[in-house]
Amino acid sequence: MKITLDVNGVEKTLDLDARVTLLDALRDHMGLTGTKKGCDHGQCGACTVLVDGRRINACLSLAVMHDGDQVTTVEGLGTPEEMNTLQREFVSCDGYQCGYCTPGQIMSATGMMAEAAEGAPSHVSESLTAPADLDDAEIAERMSGNLCRCSAYPFIREAISRAHAAQTREGRE
Amino acid sequence: MSEAFKMDEAQPRLLDETGQGLIGEPLDRPEGRLKVTGQARYSAEYAPERMVHGVLVRATITRGRVTGFDDSAAQALPGYLGLFHGPRFIRNPAQGMADEAPCQPGESIDYHGQPVALVVAESFETARDAAARIVVHYDEAPGAPVAPDTGEIEENEKRKSVQGDLEAAMAGAAAVVDAEYTTAGHAAAAMEPHAAIAEWRDGRLLMHGSLQMIRFNKNELADALGVSPEAVRILAPYVGGGFGSKLGISSEHVSAALAARALERPVRVVMSRQTVFDAVLRRTETWQRLRLGADKDGRLTAIGHEDRVSNLEGEGFAEPVSAATRFLYSAPNRLIRQHISRNHRTPSGSVRAPGEAVGMFALETAMDELAEKLGLDPVELRLRNIPERHPVTGQAYTARALAESLREGAKRFGWDQRPETGSRREGEWLIGMGMAGAGRSNMLVPSAARVTLSRDGALVETDMTDIGTGSYAILGQIAGEMLGLPIDKVAVHLADSDLPGASGSGGSFGASSSGSSVFLAARKIREILAQRLGCKPEELKVSGGEVSGGGTRAKLADLLPEPISAEAKIEKGKTAESHFSAGFGAHFVEVAVSEVSGEIRVRRMLGVFGIGRVLNEKTARSQAVGGMVWGVGSALHEELGHDPRTGHIVTRDLANYHIPAHADIPRDMEVVFLPERDDQANPIQSKGIGELGISGSGAAVINAVHNATGLRLRHFPATPDKVLAGWADGR
Repeated sequence: MKITLDVNGVEKTLDLDARVTLLDALRDHMGLTGTKKGCDHGQCGACTVLVDGRRINACLSLAVMHDGDQVTTVEGLGTPEEMNTLQREFVSCDGYQCGYCTPGQIMSATGMMAEAAEGAPSHVSESLTAPADLDDAEIAERMSGNLCRCSAYPFIREAISRAHAAQTREGRE
Repeated sequence: MSEAFKMDEAQPRLLDETGQGLIGEPLDRPEGRLKVTGQARYSAEYAPERMVHGVLVRATITRGRVTGFDDSAAQALPGYLGLFHGPRFIRNPAQGMADEAPCQPGESIDYHGQPVALVVAESFETARDAAARIVVHYDEAPGAPVAPDTGEIEENEKRKSVQGDLEAAMAGAAAVVDAEYTTAGHAAAAMEPHAAIAEWRDGRLLMHGSLQMIRFNKNELADALGVSPEAVRILAPYVGGGFGSKLGISSEHVSAALAARALERPVRVVMSRQTVFDAVLRRTETWQRLRLGADKDGRLTAIGHEDRVSNLEGEGFAEPVSAATRFLYSAPNRLIRQHISRNHRTPSGSVRAPGEAVGMFALETAMDELAEKLGLDPVELRLRNIPERHPVTGQAYTARALAESLREGAKRFGWDQRPETGSRREGEWLIGMGMAGAGRSNMLVPSAARVTLSRDGALVETDMTDIGTGSYAILGQIAGEMLGLPIDKVAVHLADSDLPGASGSGGSFGASSSGSSVFLAARKIREILAQRLGCKPEELKVSGGEVSGGGTRAKLADLLPEPISAEAKIEKGKTAESHFSAGFGAHFVEVAVSEVSGEIRVRRMLGVFGIGRVLNEKTARSQAVGGMVWGVGSALHEELGHDPRTGHIVTRDLANYHIPAHADIPRDMEVVFLPERDDQANPIQSKGIGELGISGSGAAVINAVHNATGLRLRHFPATPDKVLAGWADGR
């Protein structure tokens, strides 16, 4: 089947077997291997990407369901020479070890911060309607779909927390 | 030039003299930028031209023989390229440092889920479909034992150690603990599934393989394929976690190489997550009996540690459950024994800290219980039982920070605020504190590296891997420190089997072993620089592009008309006989236990460790915290469940095998490294840290649960049902 995707701002037309997941389309058909396959069953979060701004597990979605969609992957956030704030904080806080879950953590955190800014509550939010303060408990809860077997969790959350603080500061200025 | 070095005597602490300010510093990982931007390429992420895709076909019986394959249903699929099987296929991954092929079973099936063939097709989707259509005919041998108490039980004589008279000492002790413990089987569950891309070029195999120990893996793969080691090249610049599960070659490497040779096309094989659970070596479940006896002053008179582990017949590995019991505490009367159940579960092998990770649950929770019986503080009980010499071998200890870790940890954690058992409450939550000692033996494994110094900087080359451990960072820091270079002038090339052969990543020995080889190669270069300058090597100072010593001085560039290249190889020597080296430490944990649900939540953890010289404070801390989190996982969550009929693992994915997630782990995970140099360990005076964090941390969690609730939990993981059952049994 022929589909067109906007990936990181670039339009791509692909002719794909209908069984190809969005994850495999990115990795094997577009060479964007930054998005990782950890379980292929939506259990680990390593394949997290943004589709039209919302985070999803790319392994649980068929590519042909995304004709016309905007997809953002880790390659769309920054480059080794020009990392974005979140990426810089992951490096500085050692928010990874092996690095395999890292793109998923970063994409999930990006989507998560946007959700919180829109007022979406989580299981640990005090109120369903008041804007959530992204403290550590909120970040931990909202990031729990992203596993890290190296167990860099405290440092991942430190990185997210710092990037969130920087964003908030920028937002006020 | 090449230097062979044996660690026969303590070496001068040169890294304390070089003054470059790199060693130990919490520098960012040099490869970090690639990891956070998705540019670091892991084994499955190469796309050689004409590459095709393989999916493993696996046994659906537990024991028997394959009598034939029928692929007629697969033949109908466009893009199906064939079914591969045969005598070179392997039964299970090679055990760590095997250096030869693992069992090649022919038609034989020994466990449910064993890879028996590979289906290859033009696309992954077709290969997956075709694999499901293969009909395998079996001659099944029913009734295979699949539980540890049903198979044949044999004693592991190598592990037997008897001193004095345990029974008599127990009978005469003022206080005793005699209890049975069990731990569940564990999966390493590295985030990157096992992957291989095999490509033959002019008769030589190029293998992108997710592997931890390239020097050994090359020989294992060559042996499995029946080619010479020179015909195999393995590359693994980025490995998405290992934890023991990628120590040896496994089915994806062998099957991909065989299919690629037959098809004359590159073949990629990536295990599905479920295959990783079924067909990669697991950590055995254990049964343990721990006996402690002490006099009224809290001096241990007796330590007994008996265990039963399981593995498939023919696998040489047996989890060294009593590893820490051998060296942590003194007691004149000792008994250590091990039995191995031979059954047909997925074979077992090394998973992070084999031995200590499970054995210390029994030892360190029993110590807590003994302290309670004696009316002694658990920290004090441990302080009273620190041996003078290794209790079993009589060796002297190298630097050992056990007492300091216990004292420093107690002070920092606020141990004096520990509540009376079961006395502190916050709503439905019962709060408690627990602690445990930490110990993990430290080894030096043969390792080689080449360092080249030119006017542009230094290049470090070795087949050492970085599986998230920080090798890229620390090897660069060692070379930069020794050669007076800023870190951005040092390049580190790793994990190519054509480079000098390193220890590989395993057993916490990688950083110290490979780091020592880099140090020695750089030391050789310093000697040449001293010679060129005209001073003694010990007078040499290199920094900021200047070389000085013995009253003379020169520009570094002027001493380098051509690059200097030096290779060094280290191996253990006499100090490994005279001395026993291990990392030591102490864990402190605060937990909250819900009286309503039985849920246990870890609120904060502190680990204080003595690991010799710290090479990079940031990556070392990450390793330590990683281990501590694994301790939480094995204490509270992780459990391989087996189908009682087939032995097949039923918790075979990341939804059913619960590894800790963000919400399980507090932000407050503190690590303190005590200043230490281990002079007998190696010439850089460092020790491993990858496994010390898991050694004892789970027991500290469980001891905190006791302090919170009064419950003694002895079967791990301590899931909420066990907490509730404990209360129901009589609180």
